[in-house]
Amino acid sequence: MSHIKLDKDSIERETTTLNLGPTHPATHGVFQNILELDGERIVGADTTIGYIHRAFEKIAEHRAYYQITPLTDRLNYCSSPINNMGWHTTVEKLFGIQTPKRVDYLRVIIMELARISDHLICNSILGVDTGAYSGFLYLMQERENIYEIYEEICGARLTTNMGRVGGFERDINPIAIRKIREFLKRYPKTLSEFEKLFNRNRIFMDRTIDVGKISAESALNYGFTGPNLRACGVDYDVRVMEPYSSYQDFDFSIPVGSNGDAYDRFMVRNREMWESLKIIGQALENLPEGSYQADVPEFVLPPKEEVYNDMEALIYHFKIIMGEVDVPKGEVYHSVEGANGELGFYLVSDGGRTPFRLHFRRPCFIYYQAYPEIIKGSLISDAIVTLSGLNVIAGELDA
Amino acid sequence: MPHTILSDKMNRLNNTEILEKLKSKFGTEILFSEEPFGLLTIYIEKQIIKDMLQYLYQETHLGFQFLTDLCGIHDPSQVNAELGVVYHLQNMRTNTRIRIKSFTALSNPKFPTVTDIFKTANWMERETYDFFGIIFEGHPNLKRILNMDDMVDFPLRKEFPLEDQTRLDKDDKMFGR
Repeated sequence: MSHIKLDKDSIERETTTLNLGPTHPATHGVFQNILELDGERIVGADTTIGYIHRAFEKIAEHRAYYQITPLTDRLNYCSSPINNMGWHTTVEKLFGIQTPKRVDYLRVIIMELARISDHLICNSILGVDTGAYSGFLYLMQERENIYEIYEEICGARLTTNMGRVGGFERDINPIAIRKIREFLKRYPKTLSEFEKLFNRNRIFMDRTIDVGKISAESALNYGFTGPNLRACGVDYDVRVMEPYSSYQDFDFSIPVGSNGDAYDRFMVRNREMWESLKIIGQALENLPEGSYQADVPEFVLPPKEEVYNDMEALIYHFKIIMGEVDVPKGEVYHSVEGANGELGFYLVSDGGRTPFRLHFRRPCFIYYQAYPEIIKGSLISDAIVTLSGLNVIAGELDA
Repeated sequence: MPHTILSDKMNRLNNTEILEKLKSKFGTEILFSEEPFGLLTIYIEKQIIKDMLQYLYQETHLGFQFLTDLCGIHDPSQVNAELGVVYHLQNMRTNTRIRIKSFTALSNPKFPTVTDIFKTANWMERETYDFFGIIFEGHPNLKRILNMDDMVDFPLRKEFPLEDQTRLDKDDKMFGR
């Protein structure tokens, strides 16, 4: 990029090329930015991605439907349950499975917990990048508590592989419920403490207001979704526009910003955490009794005891594992509100054991292409703040 | 108290009306259409992709100004129409979605670019080129994005094997596709 001409009033003789990444502690993920610098001001930027590309779309064409859930874990690994449930709801849409209300409510609880854990990481890391470490330490404990809830529900912490097509592998246990209630009681206190530290903090405001700014028109043209779009003032949320998993039963609002900068993104994420708490509270209060699985023996694995003692269960177990179940043909696009935006699954089935084609609409991949344009003209330190504020997750970026 | 749905479902554009509009504008270049799961899907000739997306973008009563997704697809069973590109468009105001598909022969994998309508198509088209070898004519920077630059294959084409075919310790007869 040596063709870039310096400004007339620049004191430099030539631009400096700086490699920011691929492994830099401030980029929180493996991606490279080749910056062209005039002093400390960025005059040109080029990004290289694909460092942790794992060909999930190709692998998915060779795996049965239930084996794809672990792949989705590794997209946005900060909120893997949302990816899992997004995948399950997609497959259920294709198969025409009606899930019981209990499944929907449990999913909503878990997805909102995942959203909180994703947003709190993003916001506290933004604090770290602007020089405020203590907020990160306060919130990290709460992420640990959320992971303990995951552990109680499915046994895993980060890559959860939670739930199955049609519901859950087992019912939620009382310990998990107790831990969620404790979390609901404790988290508001931590979050308001965090907000007191940041929201009106002069240094934090100076570092984030008008940094990484993007207009609503530009954001829409770049395909922004989720909190980053809402920070620009567009009230688009898949949970409201196309409710899935019974989101229409809950009372919550969609926080929007106006300026589209790092500060507004931070505020939108904070307010969304409050809304998520509200949703979890409602779902937990009104959690219906009933089955934790849909009544579809062709797709839901029977319990192990029945497999050993019951002929029919054994047949279904064999059929599901060996892929002998007839899968409907068709193509479906389904999207859920991921922590970073609209997480879409475009699934084409030709009736085979595996998808014919599966494409992930990954919000990070789509909005990261605006990054060079956003940071042009800003300082290096602002580029770091912008990157954290956008919440780019390398796993989702590279799939 | 249940949440009130912000977007008015009554406001949603009618699929048949959209189709009528497009048919009166483009006529025979719309090959056929279907509605899987209520999502209007239109199969078109690749020559009119740009015109159609521009029309969908600008026309007052359509206003599909958000490109949700763009991806490629390879189906070797469709002779002379193996490679396809799938566009998912969205009108956020009325909460309407539409899917546009277009296919071409493997020997001539060329499509017009839509980057001048949607900036977001830039990386999506690069990804599609990277995995399917579809050449988007007029793209400002058409090079590989996720795979390494010196790769010669297009890995999401069906003939590309998932694993090293010389391995003997793997037998996929029972569990493979």
